Amino acid sequence: MITNWLDRNIKWVFMLPALLFIALMVAYPIFYTARLSFFEWSMSAVNPSKWIGLDNYITLLKGKEFWDALWITFYHSSISIVLETILGVAIAILFSRKMAGAKTIKTMMMLPMVATPVSIGLVWLLIYEPSIGLANQLLKQLGFETQEWLGSVTQVMPSLILVDVWQWTPMIALITIAGIATIPSDPYESASVDGANAWQKFFHITLPLLMPTILTAVTLRMIDLVKTFDTIYATTQGGPNFASQTLNLMIFDTAFSRFQFGYASALLMVFFIILIVIVLLLTAIRKRLGGLE
Amino acid sequence: MKLKRKGLVGLALVTSLTVSACGNSNNEAASPSSSAPAQASESGAPVVNEKPYDGQKITIFAVSHPWSDALKTQIPEFEKASGIKVDFQIFAEEQLQQKLAVQLTTGAESPDAYTYRPYMEKILYSKNGWTTPLDEYVTKNSEYDFGDFSKATIDASTIDGKLMSIPLWTDQFVMYYRKDILEKNNIAVPKTMVEFEDAMKKLHNPKDDFYGFVARGQRNALVTAVSSFVFSEGGDFMTNGQASVNTPEAVKGFKLYADLVKNYGPKGVLNMNWAQAIALFGQGKAAFYVDSAALYKNTTDPEKSLISDKVGFATLPAGSAGSKPYNIASWSAAINPQSQHKDAAWAFIEWATNKQNVLMIQQNGVPGARDSVWASKEGIEKFPADLATAIQDTMKTGVDHNVPQVMSVTESRDVVGAIVVKALLGEDIQAAADLANKELQAIIDKDKTK
Repeated sequence: MITNWLDRNIKWVFMLPALLFIALMVAYPIFYTARLSFFEWSMSAVNPSKWIGLDNYITLLKGKEFWDALWITFYHSSISIVLETILGVAIAILFSRKMAGAKTIKTMMMLPMVATPVSIGLVWLLIYEPSIGLANQLLKQLGFETQEWLGSVTQVMPSLILVDVWQWTPMIALITIAGIATIPSDPYESASVDGANAWQKFFHITLPLLMPTILTAVTLRMIDLVKTFDTIYATTQGGPNFASQTLNLMIFDTAFSRFQFGYASALLMVFFIILIVIVLLLTAIRKRLGGLE
Repeated sequence: MKLKRKGLVGLALVTSLTVSACGNSNNEAASPSSSAPAQASESGAPVVNEKPYDGQKITIFAVSHPWSDALKTQIPEFEKASGIKVDFQIFAEEQLQQKLAVQLTTGAESPDAYTYRPYMEKILYSKNGWTTPLDEYVTKNSEYDFGDFSKATIDASTIDGKLMSIPLWTDQFVMYYRKDILEKNNIAVPKTMVEFEDAMKKLHNPKDDFYGFVARGQRNALVTAVSSFVFSEGGDFMTNGQASVNTPEAVKGFKLYADLVKNYGPKGVLNMNWAQAIALFGQGKAAFYVDSAALYKNTTDPEKSLISDKVGFATLPAGSAGSKPYNIASWSAAINPQSQHKDAAWAFIEWATNKQNVLMIQQNGVPGARDSVWASKEGIEKFPADLATAIQDTMKTGVDHNVPQVMSVTESRDVVGAIVVKALLGEDIQAAADLANKELQAIIDKDKTK
């Protein structure tokens, strides 16, 4: 009897541990957050939460703070991803050739990726220090005007993008290097026979064949970029005057410094939807361009 | 990472649910045990247990501060005498705040005791049930001499008639200046804001990397600093429970602070909290600095400062309404209501704030809250003489708050700080103050409904 039942339902039995895990650790928190987004609650153990319907969402859509944060998130992510992809692919192509010291350089490239983001933030905070920091000392030595970096409303985002590019370009480069290694050599040989030059080979063979790999790297990086938190928090905490407050920082601040957990949950839900849309979009692009499946 | 962030809130929610369910039973279980030592003494047991909490382990979260550093060196002695094992963890201010919020909202038993800022968080913590009333504890041991604590600091630690924390140290807002530079340029120590600005104007020399003034510029952090300027011009954040940051007096104070920072301050001041600002002063790059007196070691310790022997201190120069810097109870110690070792935690706090330790810590440069220590020669001899005078003056005349007195202090600080930030960015300060006043009033009104 039991073995019979097991045989018929074996696919469910094998999936059960994973399903349970997802239900408890992923689905439940998401549904709980969704529910909380309709309440007003300061996390008080004494005062219960209060049902306020869609009020949190209305405040959110009406408030300037949310739209500013959304724009800053978009600005930071889109510029970073473009720079990181271009630089990453260029570096990958450079290092995919056989050359002396390539291994050492590859290892060194890994270093920013493996360092703790908060310590990276603190190091850059020192580098960007306007009066005694390395960046301005360097500019001064070279005879340029010193800059305010993180202390200026207009320069703070470019400065943070520079940190992100420095930290994460190697990731795109490494994934692309792996992709280049899998490209067969015969298309190049036949192209050479047909008299193609190096640029033609790159645009008509290397790039198309690498597209799926690059798009995978971009998807992974994009998801992480939208959620960037640690380096920004360690350097500016969203300042000066909200100029670097991304959605993620705004949510953290709303929940853990202002104790508006209902509002933070509403923000989280919106953020969640935005992330899903981004992932779906990128997957669609990948299917069309990269010929996945 | 993506799910982690989202998960963090989610997880906190889940745990808080389960823990709040057992939280009640914890409270019930804790109350009989906490009265146990009292019962023992009532029954007149002749054996006095010197180590009633022997073998218990308590966790303390403390803010990174000279107070914590000084106390830490003494903890082994406390452990030896009491048998209590103390896990003394030190965090930076922001991290501590967040760590506490997570631990307390999830109803964790750890930390057993922690340091927090009553002027910032007293109302919220009390409303959320995160602090334990200490009225019964402080009278247990007459040697502790609870009456010795300065009245202002005890008032600041009390809410609805219940004592929620023990003040650890106090903060007075004072002026730091470069003795050598003032002397060299024949400038007297400024007594009024007008003289203050004149001196800065003369000394400001950005071409050679030397600035007239440095102070906090981060939106949230600068609020405590600008408060003393607002008070000294006759304004306040709130008047009779109503927002009043756009009154002519208040705006004058905000404008003065913003002008000084903007005209005589270094680049990038908008991203400066006290740590960056005082570091710059300590590097010998500025003539004047204003902040809490408790930070003075950062400027006089040769390991941290290049100008350790050249720093002078004075009371904040007087504005049009006189010199009205803040004088507040800064951080204090509280007990987590969920702690399983409340009595051991109290034993620790009692020890940490007894007369000897307050004196010892004050001799390390941290202004304490005990009147007897301030009255003693030993209590003030370790401070630079001019600083001791400035502190004692400020204690006499100072204002007892430095942020808006509301429940949502962080939010209100963001609102008020924006006035100065906008002025620094060149926007119209009156418009910024009008907007901030409206927003602050909204926060005050919302607090009433909570």
